[in-house]
Amino acid sequence: MAERVVTAAGVTAEPSEVAEAIKEAFIAACIALILFIAIVGIKTENAQEGLILVYRLGWAIGLAAAIGVLRLVFDLFVWRRVLSRTSAGSALPSTGLKSALAIAIGIIYLIGALFFLVPGAQSGATDLVAGPFAGTSWQDGVETFMDLAGVVFLAVFVLVTAMAAVLAVRRIWRSIASSQAAVAGPTLTPSSLLDHLTAQFAPALLAVAVILPILVAGPQQRYALDTAIQVLTYIMLGWGLNIVVGLAGLLDLGYVAFYAVGAYSYALIATEFGWSFWVCLPLAGMFAALWGIILGFPVLRLRGDYLAIVTLAFGEIIRIVLLNWYSLTNGPDGISRIPKITFFGLNFARYGEGTKFHEFFGLEYSAIYRIIFLYYVILLLALMVNFVSHRLRRLPIGRAWEAMREDEIACRSLGINITITKLTAFAIGAMFGGFAGSFFATRQGFISPESFTFQESALVLAIVVLGGLGSQIGVVIAAVVLLGSSEFFRELSEYRMLIFGASMVTIMVWRPRGLIASRAPTVVLKERKAISGDLVREGAG
Amino acid sequence: MEYFIQQLINGLTLGSIYGLIAIGYTMVYGIIGMINFAHGDIFMMGAFISLITFLLLVSIGITFVPIALLLVLIVAMLLTSVWGWALERVAYRPLRTSFRLAPLITAIGMSIALQNFVQLTQDARVKPLPPVVTGGFTFWRGDGFSVTLSNIQILIIVTTIVLMAAFSYIIANTALGRQQRACEQDRKMAALLGVNVDRVIALTFVMGAALAAVAGLMYMLYYGVIDFFIGFVAGIKAFTAAVLGGIGSLPGAILGGLIIGLIEVFWAGYFSTEYKDVAAFSILAIVMIFFPSGLLGKPEVEKV
Repeated sequence: MAERVVTAAGVTAEPSEVAEAIKEAFIAACIALILFIAIVGIKTENAQEGLILVYRLGWAIGLAAAIGVLRLVFDLFVWRRVLSRTSAGSALPSTGLKSALAIAIGIIYLIGALFFLVPGAQSGATDLVAGPFAGTSWQDGVETFMDLAGVVFLAVFVLVTAMAAVLAVRRIWRSIASSQAAVAGPTLTPSSLLDHLTAQFAPALLAVAVILPILVAGPQQRYALDTAIQVLTYIMLGWGLNIVVGLAGLLDLGYVAFYAVGAYSYALIATEFGWSFWVCLPLAGMFAALWGIILGFPVLRLRGDYLAIVTLAFGEIIRIVLLNWYSLTNGPDGISRIPKITFFGLNFARYGEGTKFHEFFGLEYSAIYRIIFLYYVILLLALMVNFVSHRLRRLPIGRAWEAMREDEIACRSLGINITITKLTAFAIGAMFGGFAGSFFATRQGFISPESFTFQESALVLAIVVLGGLGSQIGVVIAAVVLLGSSEFFRELSEYRMLIFGASMVTIMVWRPRGLIASRAPTVVLKERKAISGDLVREGAG
Repeated sequence: MEYFIQQLINGLTLGSIYGLIAIGYTMVYGIIGMINFAHGDIFMMGAFISLITFLLLVSIGITFVPIALLLVLIVAMLLTSVWGWALERVAYRPLRTSFRLAPLITAIGMSIALQNFVQLTQDARVKPLPPVVTGGFTFWRGDGFSVTLSNIQILIIVTTIVLMAAFSYIIANTALGRQQRACEQDRKMAALLGVNVDRVIALTFVMGAALAAVAGLMYMLYYGVIDFFIGFVAGIKAFTAAVLGGIGSLPGAILGGLIIGLIEVFWAGYFSTEYKDVAAFSILAIVMIFFPSGLLGKPEVEKV
């Protein structure tokens, strides 16, 4: 760290620094070659007569060279800043940079508006760009890229419009409330406009989420809503885990166990007794919370990393029990025909018993109603989690969580009951996991232990960590980016977990407090300040 | 009785493998006070490197088993050590002064990344290897059941004893070992007295990875199949062994490994195979809760 500061503050670019960077990049490439020569360079192929070796030394050398180049680029442009000394020193973007950003967003916004308002504009643009590549091996890649760009442009358009709308509504509301004519603000520059708009990010996101089913109407509606439901489920899980990991500082690696408890509680109660989803949902949450307490009790005395391993072991135990307890859980075959969700007693089926949703409202039958309803249910559940954890942070218990995260011994010395504090964190986190689990069960209609592996826990943890521990909006962004991108790059889905793992490492090393690295303390004196993550680093001990 | 002795032998063999992995956990924990969550995957990496090297040697015509195994052992230890070193350099060193959950999270990230890296480059299917070390001694021919001590089991147990002796010597009598013990007691003080702490920590990871490579080779020879996922469960069990024996203690790691191996084998032999992992994980929880300092470990005093 110290070394980096010193070199960044240096005055001139020494040629020897460049030479040194090249030397170090070469060494890095050599080490990478040693690492990859066996694992990447030679592949064991399963064949009829046993294992045979396939040589791919070119890959190993290429990968090592790529790592060397990457190291060189980072060394020169990021760590040493040999070639960009002029703007070194300021961490915050200057006004000029901000204006440029604002103008760039403006251009993206206009393109997005064109795509949104003019039908066929997007496919036209795709054809225009992908045209020269037609027939070549690049075609698929370019088309995927254009689709992605289209979605990003549209998302920017919708979000910025929503932000502007929220801003306008607030301004008007304020002027009505103070019964004055709207005060003309200072002259609007692109950069101040950007500031005003980004302040409305969260409400705008919410507004977009509420009208999403209308926005995506069309042939893609079902697919888009299914994806949105999946993303929202992970956002909900992320917010639930954020209570345990982000607020209370207890690293729980077995969170998926509570998801599983919720899913199986709902599935078993609903299939055995035929109770409705709305009765089972609180029950599932209660069971999960109970398990949170049962599993929380033994680990009360454990420190951070011990706790992580024990919760991981608990998660695995629950999965193995679900896998082997045939008489209750039907083992690896799972539970199928879990009752679907109902709308105040009206079901969404086409035929069969009971009053149908479409008959009651006199609509044409369509499978999409159920999906839309599911979407709003998970949106409400997720918002409830967010609201509750937001409120809890302001209650004594929430402050106790944050205090415990920062220093457990100091917390105990001040007379805070650590047992209660830890158990409530576990129980509340587990309860939200249980809600998400029973939602998952009713949405899928089928569950098996396959869905509750450690990978799932790791994915939720990755979302929380990448978003920034304790940051609510960060979880949303991380979930949308991680799950959205893996939805897009379907062909690359086998690289998904590799990228998740690598990005967890990168983000932790680069910004240990997550992408949204400002941690606003809940309790402030006099005035509210955002404190950068570097300043509030905990003691190493 | 014959069945019991046979299970005892199997348990000791399995326990030796766990013990070798556990040493890596215990040394790293002793020196920097964190769980190297990715150590199980370093073990898996060692197993894959061993497999590839062995097949490579066979394909160039070295088929005399003792020579081939010796070469495989050396290559696997070297290459896996580089992995251990790189792991420390990339994921742990930059976070030495960060908050306490940060290195654990990078460790989990590394574990996921390594698993999926091997899955991508070597594909997800299990890799079978025909038995390499065959034969053994059969004694105690009971009626209908005989006790067998196979050569591979002898090889595993002897290797473990030899490595254990070598590493105890290194820790107790060499300059490096002294530096390691100094860093374990007080890293800042050791640095003030001229110990290159970064180098010592890196070498600790290297030693742990080399032992994990040996464990990987033994695992491959003993079971004859490996896949990219073996590191996860073996890692947790070896960690249990390290905790059970008392984290930070080298003999404790081997003792814990043997106990975990025996419990697992006897549980599978007398009760049920499905729940053998549950047995090992439950022991982890019980030990952590009731004997956090383990069998041979020193009780940990929390300093303010």
